[in-house]
Amino acid sequence: MNMEKIIDAENLTKKFGNFIAVNDVTFQVGQGEIFGFLGANGAGKTTAIKMLCGLLTPTGGKATVAGFDVFKETEKIKNNIGYMSQRFSLYEDLTVAENLEFYGGVYGLRKNIIKDKTDYFLKLLNMEEERNKLLKSLPLGWKQKLAFLTAIIHEPKIVFLDEPTGGVDPVMRRQFWTLIYKAAEEGTTVFVTTHYMDEAEYCGRISMMVDGKIAALDTPTKLKEKFNASTMHEVFVKIARG
Amino acid sequence: MSIVKVNNLSKSYGKTEALKDISFEVKPGELFGFIGPDGAGKTTLLRILTSLIIPDKGTAEVLGYDVVKDYRKIRSSVGYMPGRFSLYQDLSVEENLKFFATIFGTTLEENYNLIKNIYIYLEPFKKRKAGKLSGGMKQKLALCCALIHKPDLLILDEPTTGVDPVSRDEFWEMLGGLKAEGITTVVSTPYMDEAKLCDRVALIQKGNILDIDKPSELIKRNYRKMYAIKSDNMYGLIKSLNEFENIDSVNIFGEYIHFTFNEGDENMDALKKYLSEKGITEIEYKEIKPDIEDIFIELMRK
Amino acid sequence: MKRFLGFLVKEFYHIFRDYRTMVILFGMPVIQILLFGFAIRNEIKDTKIAILDYSRDNVTQEISNKILSSGYFILSDNLFNEKELEEEFKKGTIKEIIIFEQNFSENLYKTGKANIQLILDASEANLANMVMGYTNSILKEYQKEISGKYSSPPSITTEVKMRYNPELKSVYMFVPGIMAIILMLVSALMTSISITREKELGTMEILLVSPLNPLMIIIGKVIPYLILGIINAVIILLISANVFNVPVSGSNILLLAETVLFVITALSLGILISTLVNDQQTAMMISLAGLMLPTVMLSGYVFPIENMPVVLQWLSHILPAKWYVIIVKSIMLKGSGFGYIWKETLILAGMTIFLILLSIKKFKIRLF
Repeated sequence: MNMEKIIDAENLTKKFGNFIAVNDVTFQVGQGEIFGFLGANGAGKTTAIKMLCGLLTPTGGKATVAGFDVFKETEKIKNNIGYMSQRFSLYEDLTVAENLEFYGGVYGLRKNIIKDKTDYFLKLLNMEEERNKLLKSLPLGWKQKLAFLTAIIHEPKIVFLDEPTGGVDPVMRRQFWTLIYKAAEEGTTVFVTTHYMDEAEYCGRISMMVDGKIAALDTPTKLKEKFNASTMHEVFVKIARG
Repeated sequence: MSIVKVNNLSKSYGKTEALKDISFEVKPGELFGFIGPDGAGKTTLLRILTSLIIPDKGTAEVLGYDVVKDYRKIRSSVGYMPGRFSLYQDLSVEENLKFFATIFGTTLEENYNLIKNIYIYLEPFKKRKAGKLSGGMKQKLALCCALIHKPDLLILDEPTTGVDPVSRDEFWEMLGGLKAEGITTVVSTPYMDEAKLCDRVALIQKGNILDIDKPSELIKRNYRKMYAIKSDNMYGLIKSLNEFENIDSVNIFGEYIHFTFNEGDENMDALKKYLSEKGITEIEYKEIKPDIEDIFIELMRK
Repeated sequence: MKRFLGFLVKEFYHIFRDYRTMVILFGMPVIQILLFGFAIRNEIKDTKIAILDYSRDNVTQEISNKILSSGYFILSDNLFNEKELEEEFKKGTIKEIIIFEQNFSENLYKTGKANIQLILDASEANLANMVMGYTNSILKEYQKEISGKYSSPPSITTEVKMRYNPELKSVYMFVPGIMAIILMLVSALMTSISITREKELGTMEILLVSPLNPLMIIIGKVIPYLILGIINAVIILLISANVFNVPVSGSNILLLAETVLFVITALSLGILISTLVNDQQTAMMISLAGLMLPTVMLSGYVFPIENMPVVLQWLSHILPAKWYVIIVKSIMLKGSGFGYIWKETLILAGMTIFLILLSIKKFKIRLF
């Protein structure tokens, strides 16, 4: 990793009372990496992501995201990251263009830039005809692709994707990942969680969280070698079951 | 006799056609899966089978009863687990179970044998409120609640959605155990890789059943040779494959990209040459057998 | 039956575990009634009265002193004959005239009975009612004090005459109004929320798919709130009787029976709402805007119905709360028996049956 470190976490810890949700976690993510963040339900993934997005203050350790401190510079972090999840994406009762306009405005983009971006995104997605349609009239897969582009409309250094493809059909899922590849190619770091284990293979590197700790971190190929497994699914089960 | 028999079933919500002229049968003891993405019509179909929704057209019989006329009989002999693990969040594990046992006129003890293997996972947390359980635990509790009255048919709507792979594996092991007890199960899922764990599956998309068969039969449907290929520059490889004129389909699958050539136009050497011209090196490829997801994508394209 | 009991137990778990709502449910009536009660009680300080004493003996003097030293009343004038009454009221400063009969103490000693007449300016009906209540309680207290001195317990009977508004028509009685509002809130709002919550959670699907009869689901949902509603009504009545001296003049049992009827009306409204909407938020909005607001505005609780535009008067007829407020006022203030309120009761009962039938018909045995 000779690139710029977009995430640099050292001994990051979060306690809720006696419960240690994230326990002494250390890892780095470089520019343009697709970083898979896996773990069982309740392993501490969500807490970790919230800390990195500046939504939760850690109880110990240190971390920078896009060069900013997660303790002191949370506002700057929020301006330099994108975020998208399966649950929270776009407004159903706004049109495609209005959604992009709104989110562009949230990040303080100028009108003409938002318009250019909108034109570019809609062309990329082959959705020019849907420009003025209400979001709720679109299929789920289209919404998710649009939500991803919206999350990177302000050209953040890193985008956090929390189970972005849940329930999306197999063809759309692949189109979605093509968008992710494209964004990474253009230098955006992608930090993604997923329950689809085949998607884990698309990541450059993968971390596996178990009980608040990172139990494994490597490229999919090396993880499979190390755990003597043929798929990431097997790797996951082997690590999670200890 | 079939446990479920559906003929030419249709259902629309306003202009949206949720189900279009669907027919299928489920035989006794089968573990039958509906595989398809969100919005395919899975939930609508399962709700019709549980008599919660009336179809617009066609007929559906469950355990020999008509879902419209004999809904009462169906309701007392079907175990149903709706999506999103519908439990009372403010009741404990034990209280949830007891509640569902009482409303079905039975007790936890009476059918303990059936849920024993699942309940052992939950027993340590039996005093905990359902709202405080992890996704995997909620899923197991919801299954116990659906099984508590020893139903003749189990209907599970997306029981593995949003649950981690380990819990998903455990859940399917449990379904296997129930099958050994002779329980017929109809289950829906958006995860294609779960298809191989069913006896028979229906691939469903936009209200249509694309195909129904045993998973082992379904993957034989593809008549064209399929290749898996990878390189150190995956994004470049996808782009190049998509631009190569003799190629029919290109889909990423884990660390590989699956592709097929146009019919009668198979030329691996030309492709290799083209890729090296594009600067894609360290290529590794092999011929493979397609899996359910390949088939699904292929059927969707038609 | 066992199934039904299981269902009921679960409903009580939900209610008792949601302790924040519990606090609101039981705290709100207490706070509301105390607020209203004290707001009005302030007005009765130093109320001007006149006394017409035909007897002028020790006892009447003692009683007068007791009344005037209570802090609620100030003597404006001593009168000498009945002709002065009209004159006195027309000045508009005094609110009450107390008349002691001739030979008051003699009557009390010999026959154990004496009469006092209270004449009130009822143009401010609520105030008149309060003034009367306070005077009466002072008289009762006095009666208790002296009861040891007599062989047979003495009884001072009071005869009340309301001037200018003898029927207390626009009586701004907060107790019946608050009862109507609280009961509407507890019953309609809480039931509709509790049913729609199950719809949101998805548990309603399982309940419907279970052999549980939909009627049982409804009854199981309703019973806990029926009980809560009655407890609330009793709390309100206890506070109003003990803290604000607004006792129930009529039959308590009749009042409770009418209250149960009204709670059932409100519950069936709650069920009806929950059959029409699918999420808690909408249920809450409809309950608050569609039920609470009209109940507050149109039931005669805040504004006298007589003074409203005809359209609103008509509209007020379809509000169950209007009829309930009339019934409670009659029983509480006038002491009316069932003979006087059977018409209102019949209307309320008719509404209830209509709403119950409608909500059972609307309560779906299926989704959508």
